[in-house]
Amino acid sequence: MRLKFLDKLSQTLEKKTEKGQPLHRFWALWDAIDTFAFTPKEVTTKGSHIRDTVDMKRVMITVIIALFPALLFGIWNIGYQHFLSIQTSVSFWGALWYGFLKWLPLVIVVYVSGLLVEIIFAQIRGHQVAEGFFVTGFILPLILPPDIPLWIVAIATMFAVLFGKEVFGGTGYNFLNPALIARAFIFFAYPSVISGDKVWIAEKADAFSGATPLSDIANNHLSALPSTMDMLVGTISGSIGETSKIAILLGAAVLLFTQVANWKIMLSVVAGGFLSALTFNILGGTPMAEVPAYQQLLMGGFLFGAVFMATDPVTAAHTQWGKVIYGFLIGVFAILIRDYNKGYPEGMMLAILLMNIFAPLIDYCVVQVNIKRRMKRVKIVK
Amino acid sequence: MKYLGPLNKENPILVQTLGVCSALAVTAQLKPAVVMMLSVTVVCACANFIISLIRNTIPPRIRIIVQLLIAAALVILVDQVLQAFFYDISKMLSVFVGLIITNCILMGRLEAFALSHPPIPSFFDGIFNGLGYGLVLVVVAVFRELLGSGSLWNYPVIPESVYQAGYMNNGLMILPPMALIMIGGLIWIQKSKS
Repeated sequence: MRLKFLDKLSQTLEKKTEKGQPLHRFWALWDAIDTFAFTPKEVTTKGSHIRDTVDMKRVMITVIIALFPALLFGIWNIGYQHFLSIQTSVSFWGALWYGFLKWLPLVIVVYVSGLLVEIIFAQIRGHQVAEGFFVTGFILPLILPPDIPLWIVAIATMFAVLFGKEVFGGTGYNFLNPALIARAFIFFAYPSVISGDKVWIAEKADAFSGATPLSDIANNHLSALPSTMDMLVGTISGSIGETSKIAILLGAAVLLFTQVANWKIMLSVVAGGFLSALTFNILGGTPMAEVPAYQQLLMGGFLFGAVFMATDPVTAAHTQWGKVIYGFLIGVFAILIRDYNKGYPEGMMLAILLMNIFAPLIDYCVVQVNIKRRMKRVKIVK
Repeated sequence: MKYLGPLNKENPILVQTLGVCSALAVTAQLKPAVVMMLSVTVVCACANFIISLIRNTIPPRIRIIVQLLIAAALVILVDQVLQAFFYDISKMLSVFVGLIITNCILMGRLEAFALSHPPIPSFFDGIFNGLGYGLVLVVVAVFRELLGSGSLWNYPVIPESVYQAGYMNNGLMILPPMALIMIGGLIWIQKSKS
């Protein structure tokens, strides 16, 4: 093969970065590139316990594949919304190209700034650069508005990787979802670029209303609401990946079929959201609480959060009943915040972060209950 | 100097994790942070000195009440001085001057140092513990005011042209959680140094 020289280069570099060799300080960087490009050479030496051929890279790639429908639709929708707002007709490919040019800088900035922090930490601590950031970096641009200033994205990504992940020990030790930390950071630090009705359409014409369905309702413009069909297909303004519910459900199908995401969490988030929305329909009180429950599920980032963010295996609850409780409470809190807190029209981000914090406690309670139950059984047998 | 410990290896906030509550509350701007530093230093030094003077006459069973009494009297003095001469800062610090009396650093030094040492060393111990506390306050406040409000000591230091280019103040810096994160970061640096 002509590519033999690459293999040789890899071997030379491996020797140069071994312990004691001159380039050892760059070991983590080399290791990250090498394991990404080649199949790792290490084989199991002792008795192995393989149940499945899946590894972390395979899981991450599956999630990224599942995100593709939402991504492609989101990219097209950036262009579509832009040309709609300036009253110009555009071809399908024109809209797609425009959206791609908006999305590409976002994703580059996220990966560069995030991986920079990851590699620095891997260098200092002498461990490998983990794959976890690939999914985080892929999801993050999808939950941002298209025109957000890039320097803010860079700062938020660095903050999220540093304080959301690295201080707790890196991938697998983070108890909060890093992509959501980045979004929450932007939401609290620079609220003007990620809320209101000015930001959701790229280079919007001033005369055109760019309000998302959620901000329309919050401001009592019920007549401006898009139809259920539009919300389902996704030709509405919003964060890049969250608008099309059909694309998100396609991704959900991929995740469920490959069993990468847990169906109990997804189902219980939706159930929690639906039931609490029904309850608040009866209670009423705010314009948002009057919206029919099935429409609530189609608005904002609810479904995207339920499918891609609540199911993150690192930050979710681990016990079976814990997953159900965790998901259900995410749904309830998301709708509760949305309906009754005017300051935060979208409650999904805060609901997931809140339940991420409580996930270990839920697990603990479930385990304790189970222990008590079985102890009782022991006494009866005596 | 044996008294310099609180500035670095025995820092009250970073190593002993005392006085964190007020450090979160007064560090949104530099001015109140500096005033707080001076207030705590004065109270801590004077209380240490007085308690140390009478340490052999205090019955051990009521020593906490005596310490509180003296600390409270000093705190009221400082509060009155602030209200008389620096009314706006006194407003800004609100209850936190009064709450110096519950500051663990103050009570900790009285119990741990002043009760068992002569007056002069106690006085210096109070000063340097107050300064060690203030050092953290000032570092956190500089970052929070600079990044959160774009100013230092209430003077705008970030030029208008930077704002024109799209820069924005970080609203999270003004909120208390960011002070907690910054102190956490400082503790991290301190731990990895030693």
